[in-house]
Amino acid sequence: MTNAVEQESIKVIVFQLADKEYAIPVSHVQGIEKLMHITRVPKTEKYVKGVINLRGVVTPIVDLRERFELPISEHEETTRIIIISLEDMEVGFVVDSANDVLDIPADSIEPQPEVVGSLEEEFISGVAKIDKRLLILLHLEKVLNPLK
Amino acid sequence: MEVNQYLEMFIEESKDHLQACSEHLLELEKNPDDLAIVGEIFRSAHTLKGMSATMGFEDLADLTHKMENVLDAIRNEKIHVSPEILDVVFESVDHLEEMVMDIANGGDGKRDVSSTVAQLKRIELGEEAIPEVVGTTETPTTAVASTLEYDGFEQTVISQSAEQGFNAFEISVKLREDCLLKAARVFMVFEILEKDGEVIKSSPSVEKLEDEQFDQQFYVAFVTKESAEDMQKKIMKVSEVDEVIVAAIEPKQHSEKEQAIQEVAATATVEVEVKPATVPEKNNAAPKPATAAAPAKADKSHAPVGNKTIRVNIDRLDILMNLFEELVIDRGRLQSIATEVNHGELNETVERMSRVMGDLQTIILTMRMVPVETVFNRFPKMIRQLSRDLNKKINLEIIGAETELDRTVIDEIGDPLVHLIRNSVDHGIENPTTRLAKGKPEEGTVVLRAYHSGNYVFIEIEDDGAGINREKVLAKAISKGIVTQEQSYSMSDKQINELILASGFSTADVISDVSGRGVGLDVVKTTIESLGGNISIESTQDVGSVFSIQLPLTLSIISVMLVEIEKEIYAIPLSSIIETSIIRSSEIMNAHNQKVIDFRGKVVPLVFLEEIFEVPRKEPQGDEFHSVVIVRKGEKLAGLVVDSFIGQQEIVLKSLGNYLTNIFAISGATILGNGKVALIVDCNALIK
Repeated sequence: MTNAVEQESIKVIVFQLADKEYAIPVSHVQGIEKLMHITRVPKTEKYVKGVINLRGVVTPIVDLRERFELPISEHEETTRIIIISLEDMEVGFVVDSANDVLDIPADSIEPQPEVVGSLEEEFISGVAKIDKRLLILLHLEKVLNPLK
Repeated sequence: MEVNQYLEMFIEESKDHLQACSEHLLELEKNPDDLAIVGEIFRSAHTLKGMSATMGFEDLADLTHKMENVLDAIRNEKIHVSPEILDVVFESVDHLEEMVMDIANGGDGKRDVSSTVAQLKRIELGEEAIPEVVGTTETPTTAVASTLEYDGFEQTVISQSAEQGFNAFEISVKLREDCLLKAARVFMVFEILEKDGEVIKSSPSVEKLEDEQFDQQFYVAFVTKESAEDMQKKIMKVSEVDEVIVAAIEPKQHSEKEQAIQEVAATATVEVEVKPATVPEKNNAAPKPATAAAPAKADKSHAPVGNKTIRVNIDRLDILMNLFEELVIDRGRLQSIATEVNHGELNETVERMSRVMGDLQTIILTMRMVPVETVFNRFPKMIRQLSRDLNKKINLEIIGAETELDRTVIDEIGDPLVHLIRNSVDHGIENPTTRLAKGKPEEGTVVLRAYHSGNYVFIEIEDDGAGINREKVLAKAISKGIVTQEQSYSMSDKQINELILASGFSTADVISDVSGRGVGLDVVKTTIESLGGNISIESTQDVGSVFSIQLPLTLSIISVMLVEIEKEIYAIPLSSIIETSIIRSSEIMNAHNQKVIDFRGKVVPLVFLEEIFEVPRKEPQGDEFHSVVIVRKGEKLAGLVVDSFIGQQEIVLKSLGNYLTNIFAISGATILGNGKVALIVDCNALIK
């Protein structure tokens, strides 16, 4: 990818949480997995669901609904685990469903609106509006941060 | 040969250290004022010195020591880095490299370095290096790898030796047809030759000759001061030698012959033994080059080392391991499917596959795991040599050499152990007379002990020597500015002991060859900490000291007992477990808010894993019986209460990754046969 292209658009994975759509740059996504057995790890934050065996690598799982303090839902057939790689960490996010891979034009990204007012506000790095869809871009460092 | 098994390790490590030296030297050239770099070079050199002394390569150790002296002077700002000094140091490193290469090729690492040594000495004494011919012309050519270069060398040797008044001969020796011990005769011939000169090459190669892979005749190129006639007579004295023809080699003729040999070599029928490092330098300034250069050893029995193993990046092994684990998981699934389907042929195939995978697993796992023996084995010789050097009587006891450690750890742990043992022997164990005066046995004892405990491997070095003189240590630390007077009042004995690990600390008043000048111990500490371990020192004056190294089992296979709590499976390392037992509720007693049981006359506190791990349970368990795993940490015991025991299993220790760290009482995870993750209980954290 040349710089010019990068400036024009970023490729993101779009996923669903409750009634909103979120986006994570593809460059941070290692893969999308179906829900599998999660081993609970005691004495961790509530949103850390535990660890899974991801092809031999023990990978921690964060439930994004709980991370954003959204109402908890039962896991369904569409539930996915998006494996994120950030710096030297690999973490899986539990999301309601993985919807799409999109190119977002850089100029369609706007800073977050200040009115949102929910907990997830601090995890948002921006919003993008594409054909009437509103995509919330996540600030991955912040999502993962509180747990050192 | 006795040291063969360590030779390989030594060569690899030496190469690494020399590489590090060269890299840092280059850096130093750019930043001549950065003393930290000097420190790095110094450490590499120091370790190299220690290793080569242990392996008995005195020339290597000696040159390193000289180089080290110069570096030390630079480090202490006695002399300043100048390009001339760097030239000489570079040259020394080049020499060292050549020596190591020679050892790797089966040689003995001897080499004439007197001019370099002289220059190093001059620098050390504060004089400027003389950037004269010696320094520059002597720089060995870097291309050691190609045969053609060797030939060039050999020609140089021959023409050079002619200038020096040596004769170059090609000697053809023919053994009697009924000769029984051809190799022995060859050996005797070589012995004679090497008394009087130097063998430049032989055809067939020395190894082949020693394996008797030749008919009756062999050829040797040889330089000597003796006459052809004398040589012939001398060789003829060896029994069963039929015919000896000694012909002078003209340099030019030689080169033609070279060509011929080379051609033959290309067709792989004749091998040419070349010993690059023993070839004298193109340097007339060096005193008596040809003879001093390298009296090639009589027994060239060392076969070239280093071709039996390959070094594989540990990362690749990790990948291999992960892939294999995926297979294990799929195997588990296949097995359950096969059981369901109950198809004869399928069952058979799955079974066979399982068996093969079992073998494969063993191989993959053992590829990474190495008994500490490989490191420990070099110590007896080292101790022997040290006790001779220091005139001390020392007995080395090795316990637990079979303890297995991950290869990554093994690779790293060698140097620190060398330092620690040298330290114990040099500073710990007293002279026999002192020992007798103190009422101790004349012979000091050093115990090297390795064992698994919990999720750690412990390596201890115990000596019954003088122990640490805390007052002396403290005084020294204060004078060196490592701690302040005020700080010193509040320090515990243990903290004071550990001051000797601080950088820039050394209690030895005299710089000795054995344990150096205080670089050793702080390197030890850094290395061990970089492995995620730690080192502690217990010491009683006049009784002895124990240096205890604790190392994590980064990636290793451990035996665990799988236990179940509600629906969750946990693994308890077998090394922590004393036994398992079933107790009745009525046996549980209360003491200070703590539930305890009487276990074989001992009061053992109970730990309910269900509570510790906050296991969600739908309905409380109304069981009258409890399954208890008795675990220990040192002398202390605890009973872990679980729902049920599943069984014993070998598992692969996995980390929880960088996101989840410091989870209470969990030391890691593992992947079970069914593909699920089970957590490993850290018993050490559960026992206070």
